Amino acid sequence: MTTHDVLPALEREEATDPLVIAGETFTSRLLLGTGGVPSLEALERAVVASGSQLVTVALRRVEASTSGALLEVLDRCGVRLLPNTAGCRTAREALLTAQLAREAFDTSWVKLEVIGDETTLLPDAVELLDAAEHLVADGFIVLAYTNDDPILGRRLADAGCAAVMPLGSPIGSGLGIRNPHNIALLRDAVDVPVVLDAGIGTASDAALAMELGCDAVLLASAVTRARDPERMALAMRHAVEAGRLARGAGRIPRRWHAQASTPMEGLPEL
Amino acid sequence: MQVTLNGVPADLEQTATVASLVAMHGGEHRRVAVAVNGQVVPRSRWETTGLATGDSIEVLVPTAGG
Repeated sequence: MTTHDVLPALEREEATDPLVIAGETFTSRLLLGTGGVPSLEALERAVVASGSQLVTVALRRVEASTSGALLEVLDRCGVRLLPNTAGCRTAREALLTAQLAREAFDTSWVKLEVIGDETTLLPDAVELLDAAEHLVADGFIVLAYTNDDPILGRRLADAGCAAVMPLGSPIGSGLGIRNPHNIALLRDAVDVPVVLDAGIGTASDAALAMELGCDAVLLASAVTRARDPERMALAMRHAVEAGRLARGAGRIPRRWHAQASTPMEGLPEL
Repeated sequence: MQVTLNGVPADLEQTATVASLVAMHGGEHRRVAVAVNGQVVPRSRWETTGLATGDSIEVLVPTAGG
């Protein structure tokens, strides 16, 4: 094989290494949230640039909703919809919201969010696990937004969640991945896909998530609230691909001291 | 009859059903979900589900969200 054959071969390998959630196949490992978009035009350009195939949506009272054209835009992009339960504080609220979303969007897939308070938007572990168990029993495909806690992640996977989605840092904070060690531990603790969800600020955060072994990244604000959402969406697409490649390539170990890459043998005495 | 519609007091016709309510309040949205007193009313039962005084009704539609 010549060097000219290697790159196309690697790219083919990437294409045949899709993300699989609940038996559904996605060639893109970037999931995009639609919250915070300045306009539907900006959203459409960002979705296309991201290459995302799975996009989150929400339900709200009709008086507070964005334009009815949202779903037309997403239909045009050819993406699959992932309704969320954002804003729910209890398992009961999350179950009802998921059932309403199933009616409205005609999908049994749900991004389960059960938050503890408005300041941190951190998941309420007790209500989250309770909600996950009820939703799985009711036939939902549950992608659970969770704390970066490997034990809770395992509990959610054991409860039948199709994917476990640990936060990097609080929703919308842009603080990146505050505990990379826990994300790596969680990755090893479960057999279902792990999707880094929340806290991504910029492209290097998304790449790090993939380097830590995550199967995908879900982000919204980092793109929708960027100065140029379309450009950031493209950056995230490349970052996720780069991180995945780097993970597969195997990084060099960290060393305390330098290690010359140029050989010392044959060094002339000058 | 007096009901609570999306958290606000509302006066509906005695003959109102979920279907008639959605026709009035669903706006331009083709995807709508309805809960009455904390229970989902599937689309297949909108026509036949009547409403009663004191009902609490949520009419929800798609919106952008993370």
